[in-house]
Amino acid sequence: MAQLSTRQKLEILADAAKYDASCASSGTTKRDSRDGKGIGSTEGMGICHAYAPDGRCISLLKILLTNSCIFDCHYCINRRSSDVRRARFTAQEVVELTLNFYRRNYIEGLFLSSGIIASSDYTMEQMVEVARSLREDHDFRGYIHLKTIPDADPALLQQAGLYADRLSINVELPTDAGLQRLAPEKDGKRIEGAMRHLRNGIEDGHDARRKYKSAPRFAPAGQSTQMIVGADVADDRAIIARASSLYDRHKLRRVYYSAFSPIPSPSAVLPLKRPPLMREHRLYQSDWMIRFYGYDAREIAAATDAATGCLPLDIDPKLAWALNHRAAFPVDVNRAPREALLRVPGLGVKAVNRILMSRRHRRLRLDDVARLTTSIKKLRPFLIAADWRPLTLTDRADLRAHIAPPAQQLDLFA
Amino acid sequence: MYRIALTAHDDFDGWRGAARRLAMAGVDPADILWQVGEAPGDLFGGDPLPPDRADAGFSVSRAFIDLAQKASLHRDPERFALLYALLCRLRGRPGLMEDKADPLLRRIDILAKAVRRDIHKMRAFVRFREMADEGGERFVAWFEPEHHIVRANAGFFLRRFAAMRWSILTPDVSIHWDGETLIEGLGAQRNDAPDGDPVEALWTGYYAAIFNPARLKTGAMLSEMPKKYWRNLPEAALIPDLIAGAQAREAAMIATAPLPEKAPRRQGDIATVWATIRQEAMGCTRCALHRDATQTVFGEGPLDAPLLFIGEQPGDQEDLAGRPFVGPAGQLFDRALAQAGVDRSRAYVTNAVKHFKFERQGKRRLHQSPDAGEIEACRWWLGQEIELIRPRIIVALGASAARAMLGKAVTISRTRGSAIALKDGAEGWVTVHPSYLLRLPDAERQAAEQARFVDDLRVVAERVKRG
Repeated sequence: MAQLSTRQKLEILADAAKYDASCASSGTTKRDSRDGKGIGSTEGMGICHAYAPDGRCISLLKILLTNSCIFDCHYCINRRSSDVRRARFTAQEVVELTLNFYRRNYIEGLFLSSGIIASSDYTMEQMVEVARSLREDHDFRGYIHLKTIPDADPALLQQAGLYADRLSINVELPTDAGLQRLAPEKDGKRIEGAMRHLRNGIEDGHDARRKYKSAPRFAPAGQSTQMIVGADVADDRAIIARASSLYDRHKLRRVYYSAFSPIPSPSAVLPLKRPPLMREHRLYQSDWMIRFYGYDAREIAAATDAATGCLPLDIDPKLAWALNHRAAFPVDVNRAPREALLRVPGLGVKAVNRILMSRRHRRLRLDDVARLTTSIKKLRPFLIAADWRPLTLTDRADLRAHIAPPAQQLDLFA
Repeated sequence: MYRIALTAHDDFDGWRGAARRLAMAGVDPADILWQVGEAPGDLFGGDPLPPDRADAGFSVSRAFIDLAQKASLHRDPERFALLYALLCRLRGRPGLMEDKADPLLRRIDILAKAVRRDIHKMRAFVRFREMADEGGERFVAWFEPEHHIVRANAGFFLRRFAAMRWSILTPDVSIHWDGETLIEGLGAQRNDAPDGDPVEALWTGYYAAIFNPARLKTGAMLSEMPKKYWRNLPEAALIPDLIAGAQAREAAMIATAPLPEKAPRRQGDIATVWATIRQEAMGCTRCALHRDATQTVFGEGPLDAPLLFIGEQPGDQEDLAGRPFVGPAGQLFDRALAQAGVDRSRAYVTNAVKHFKFERQGKRRLHQSPDAGEIEACRWWLGQEIELIRPRIIVALGASAARAMLGKAVTISRTRGSAIALKDGAEGWVTVHPSYLLRLPDAERQAAEQARFVDDLRVVAERVKRG
């Protein structure tokens, strides 16, 4: 085989990495290079340096070290039996590429993942070497996210956490049955075991920092994971329950959802259809409801359809919950506590903060609320304001039709 | 009338000093004209600024200063006047900053928000190109911000790239960092910046490769990366082609999916078994349709066919001839198969229901769709035909056929165009029934639907050839 150029390798290894949804570069410690040594900074909020036409942000150089793999997971484009072109970067090549991109302000840092070659430990060693070289040889102060390999030696994970801002391990599928069918060589217990290990490492790191200011930081941006949606039969209820248990058990920063998209040369056991993007979007919305709006997983389950176990696709889950719990409405914008306001469909966290602040100074009328929010039309049936009573609106059987977006004709080619 | 000339568009300190003196003197906002630089209006002069009384200062909240600092960078020419008006009201009502529903405060909040977004987008979308000058390597970017944010944003690039030598050129002002000091220069033009960088080809290659063509969401991209930024982003030149290629690539991926493996054939003399089943079907009384129909119309075709078509039921002419697909719909079907390049002689054709269901109207026998019970009764025969022939691909023509194939009701529009994995390992496809095309009243629509039908058959033909 002819030698591949850097560009060819980059294209193969980026192509192989694109099924990972995460590209976050936020939530780590604040760093800069004002001292004139090294390069890079992180300032809490990450930056998306570009957006691809798939709507996803490009914040990090997201590549695989190699797309050769000894595993044969059906959903994965890099599985052993797939006939994609294989390529492999050396640690040095990845380091140079990262620095070259970073200097031109293309990226916030590196998100490195890899197919498993030779053994889990060998692969993990190579990845840690990239992070080590960036941090120690080049004094790189930008963001590093390493996808860790669950079976690798805990000592390697420990090292990875010292160099990286974030570590992640993918649970891949929402149910153990799905994992067994589609990723026979992976083991749900081992994956969760590795997550537990990371959680302990992160918490030990926090404790040590409290005692000694000079203690090294361990993965300051925490750990995250990813689940593939639509490759197996798990319904939204099962997915949300799984995500919620992962948040609780392993203190994850984020659970990412990735709508299963048809991959080139797919395995015969997988559905061949367009990725369920709207379903993915609704799951993210429900994730937001749990993380920022004070709902718990059981309440989200109450918003799912009883027969299919899935969230409605035509309206958002917060509105679906509200329609199923009419007794909680209308809410008085001038009196209701924060928690009740957060449950009003169409009111976001920022709008609620603005309402709480300004109602100390005036009795809010509907016009005032309109200025503080983006769409008053959706809100009106659920609110009481100084000059507004929705009367029996919330009792109407056709309320859903009243506020849900108008139905659209199905795409014949969908 | 007071005319206040600020030194630059982002001269917040100038505004602050003047505003303090004016506010202490109780000058009404309507009596002040804020302008940047020496405008021609200066010919008429203005009142001198009230004296600065350092002893009698007044304080405003930190929240106001933060907000004013941001909003003052907005391109809106009214911003300084708005900020002064807010300042005057703030002196009488210290709590005003919390009253987010106040229309003036809200308006200024929105200005500040636009500025913050522009600052963030500059951090994201500045693209450096490497060049060499007397001092060695220098990274130079050309950027066009929407508001007057360049000086305010220099700190970010300093914190990040302190060890590099860099310049950011914009139409109003340029900033240069030599490793030790930040120097401001005049505005520049696009061609003052280098026109390329060897690493850019790697970056655009990465941009194209990380894009997943199966999930096109251009709206999400445009809301975060509006077109006004595209002309200074090297990767944005690829976007139109990536979008155009996306649908085609996805369709290609689905079309090249591997066919299910051929199931082993059942042993025995197939022709004899088929003839026996057919003979049994001739006397079928599994549902009431046998009473009025002339005869059972069984399927026909080669018994080792890779492709099996299921129609709805025999029509008037089929009922009389005793053979499937010989009437008008059958003829249309034959023409469509020829157009799609399907070898009719290699396909087995049959119907979901094997007796003609009709309603008599005068001398004519009008077709009636079979109901679920009749389809279910007749699946007994269809199941045996499929099991015997074991086609790799089964195509259901119309809703009744799809029901017979899948055992449940489906909508054609939703199932059409994608392969369905059937229980016995065959691959199922659903399309319309040719008689549907005959019934369309509008000639134009008929032509369009017919072309779609042929397209569906063409996809199937491709799948058969690949097997």
